[in-house]
Amino acid sequence: MSEINNNTPIHELTIAGNIYTAGNAKNFKTGDWRSETPKYIPENCTQCGLCFNVCPDNAIPVNGELNRENFNLDSCKGCGVCAKVCPFKAIIME
Amino acid sequence: MSIRERLSGNEAAATAMKQINPDVVAAFPITPSTEIPQYFSTFVSNGQVDTEFVAVESEHSAMSACIGAEAAGARAMTATSANGLSLMWEMIYIASSLRLPIVMSLVNRAVSGPLNIHNDHSDAMGVRDAGWIMLFSENNQEAYDNLVMAHRIAEHKDVLLPLMVCQDGFITSHSIENIELIEDDRVKEFVGRYQPEHYLLNDQEPIAIGPLDLQAFLFEHKKQQADAMRNAKRVILEVAEDFERMTGRKYGFFEEYRMEDAEFVIVCMNSTAGTAKAEIDKLREEGILAGLVKVRCFRPFPADEIAEALKNAKTIAVLDKSDSLNGAGGALFEDVVSAMYTKNYHVPTVSYVYGIGGRDTTTTDIRKVFNDLIWIKDTGEFGYPYRYLGVREG
Repeated sequence: MSEINNNTPIHELTIAGNIYTAGNAKNFKTGDWRSETPKYIPENCTQCGLCFNVCPDNAIPVNGELNRENFNLDSCKGCGVCAKVCPFKAIIME
Repeated sequence: MSIRERLSGNEAAATAMKQINPDVVAAFPITPSTEIPQYFSTFVSNGQVDTEFVAVESEHSAMSACIGAEAAGARAMTATSANGLSLMWEMIYIASSLRLPIVMSLVNRAVSGPLNIHNDHSDAMGVRDAGWIMLFSENNQEAYDNLVMAHRIAEHKDVLLPLMVCQDGFITSHSIENIELIEDDRVKEFVGRYQPEHYLLNDQEPIAIGPLDLQAFLFEHKKQQADAMRNAKRVILEVAEDFERMTGRKYGFFEEYRMEDAEFVIVCMNSTAGTAKAEIDKLREEGILAGLVKVRCFRPFPADEIAEALKNAKTIAVLDKSDSLNGAGGALFEDVVSAMYTKNYHVPTVSYVYGIGGRDTTTTDIRKVFNDLIWIKDTGEFGYPYRYLGVREG
């Protein structure tokens, strides 16, 4: 159901576009209307863990060591909350 | 045994809602539908229903609360009129496009301005393209019966569309007439439990409703709505059959009154049908073959069936209690004429806008329409097709 695209025929679409499989945002590129882009500066980052908790989407990947990696811009809307909470100037909006 | 009562149209609607016992009613008072939530809130206070009554601060909120409740998995109802419906406008489309089978009692009233609280159909006609099923009612009995049938139609898995039951403000809503009520337990059994397949409060299935729906998808979702509206025709008749088995009262897409050999035919909706029937009986005594098609199901519009019912008429008058202000005919007129043309039936048909702002329409007015229809047939002269009945001119 979540694998829909421009070619999906009408009878394979749910009514009203309802989404019955939660957590499918990763299947869609939703970052293409961003007006500002966050830039990650790893040398300033202390891996304090504040930024990825406040991201309203899934734009800050966290690896197995619970360290953040560079931004996933396919999901980032450019809201800037991460840059606002970062105490170490490890994220700037440009 | 059914219960014989005397109720106003508003009392009849509130009684139906009491027997349906919905999970949520959210409504805001507006003349002439005010009594419906007023009576209903009394039922809530008296513990006669299990409903959560939401006393909202506006009609926009009333419809929004119904949408939220219905999406959550509850059965939600509301009532309104005229400018109240206008204030719901935005949410009316959300309800239908999210496929939430909310049921509304709409007590028809002129949409201001200038300020008028009396009956015409301009409120209903304003939402005729909004994707709601629209049933019209000649009297209190039909307003009650249509509400009892409403959820079975709206909630059917092949339909899933909101539904409004219309009745004429004051003329029906405030007139006390005889009515045959169905026993509480039989209504409960007929309406059944609401068991949506998907709903927001289902903790086994987290879902999202109303997501962003751009160029790649909205067109298909609108076509799904249109298909659901076509499916509703079958379901409306199926539910009517069940209802007839329970009550003996027969409903279809429209009522044909003395149509078997009718040459001169009026098409109209709601209470004016009663006035027309009274005059048709007199005309029949004079040997004039007059008949009536009273449209009950306006959305979906039973185009093919109406064309078949009208094809043998000599002349037709379509009465609209709302002016589309398009410089041509009223909404019902346009639908009827389109239906006839599409089936390649050609019968001279004129549009009458009538009864605006609660202007009385009497049997004398109906007689005038039939006289016009007879004149068109006798002279072969069609005249100006976009007419007004009962307006002061000259």
